[in-house]
Amino acid sequence: MTIEFDNNLPIYLQIMNYIKLQIVTGKLGPGEKIPSVRELASELKINPNTIQRTFQELEREGVAESRRGLGRFVTSEDEKIMSIKKEMAAELLERFIGGMRELGFDNDNIVKIVAESVNDGKREPGGSRSGTTA
Amino acid sequence: MTGSANREEAEVEQLLEFEAVSKKYGNKAALRDVSLSVGPGRIVGLLGSNGSGKTTLMRIAAGLDRPDSGTVRVLGHEPGRASKALISFMPDRPQFERWMTVGEALDFQRDFFADFDPDKSKRMLEFMKLSRGDKASSLSKGMQERLQLTLALSRRASLYLLDEPIGGVDPVARGHILDALVEFYEEDSSMIVSTHLIADIERIFDEVLMIKEGSLVLRQEVEQLRMDSGKSVDQLFKEVYAEC
Repeated sequence: MTIEFDNNLPIYLQIMNYIKLQIVTGKLGPGEKIPSVRELASELKINPNTIQRTFQELEREGVAESRRGLGRFVTSEDEKIMSIKKEMAAELLERFIGGMRELGFDNDNIVKIVAESVNDGKREPGGSRSGTTA
Repeated sequence: MTGSANREEAEVEQLLEFEAVSKKYGNKAALRDVSLSVGPGRIVGLLGSNGSGKTTLMRIAAGLDRPDSGTVRVLGHEPGRASKALISFMPDRPQFERWMTVGEALDFQRDFFADFDPDKSKRMLEFMKLSRGDKASSLSKGMQERLQLTLALSRRASLYLLDEPIGGVDPVARGHILDALVEFYEEDSSMIVSTHLIADIERIFDEVLMIKEGSLVLRQEVEQLRMDSGKSVDQLFKEVYAEC
């Protein structure tokens, strides 16, 4: 795992988002085991308590579940995974729309620009625009 | 814990407590009225520029210097033999002799401290790419820092006091020392790490103490600090020190 951390933002939120992204993109499959606090702390060079907090929050949100003595696992509920996906999309949209409004675009224009841009993407052969933001 | 089961569980025993601690060297105040406490299972950054009192604070906590006033407790003990057995202190200058080999320095440490863990020390040597046969006098600055840290972390102490472990080394060696800190930190102990280089290391801290001209000017959980201010510890540190 590699994450470019931004020290200006709470680290646990950044790791949460990173793990959610892994789940949504299928790199961490439904029901798959999540590395231990210790492993992740060493790997990311992060305070173990911060990782602990990340996991607690993921559990609270139902994204991960811990099984006694076995460790932590990604939820196996597809619905939950779908809802994470929607949530992440909503965040992206919110940021995008906010940015566009700041640039002075109104709703109609934003929709128009997005539609045009998406159509442009379609015309490109080979779908060079696939992939996710990471 | 004995008997009284009804005692409130919120009362966590503090590893280190300072109450109104002051210290002067000659006319110069090194610490002014410092109060703080460090609980178990925490990595605490002790941040301050050179000469701000970090080393004095550590030396007093380690029982190597006495405060002029105020009280110090280590797991309830006054500084002394009992407290020294609980604390592993890594000074900012080499504590090994130049004629020693790495192995001899480790053996020396083992003979001095009952909590020395030969297995951990072996793993650390490997991690640090040090060999027992290396001469201390021929080690580079970065390797000396690694040996210092190996000596300190080879003990199974309750509290580790590390004075500038990434002080005078290049960024690569710094990264390696940082790795070792996370790798060999034990969650039932606590670590206080002093530094004036913050950006590289701030992600391993639970909490930071900022000290300026001997006074404690800020004490906060780092994640809370990021949440509240939208700033990194490094940035906040620069602001605190700019306002002279």
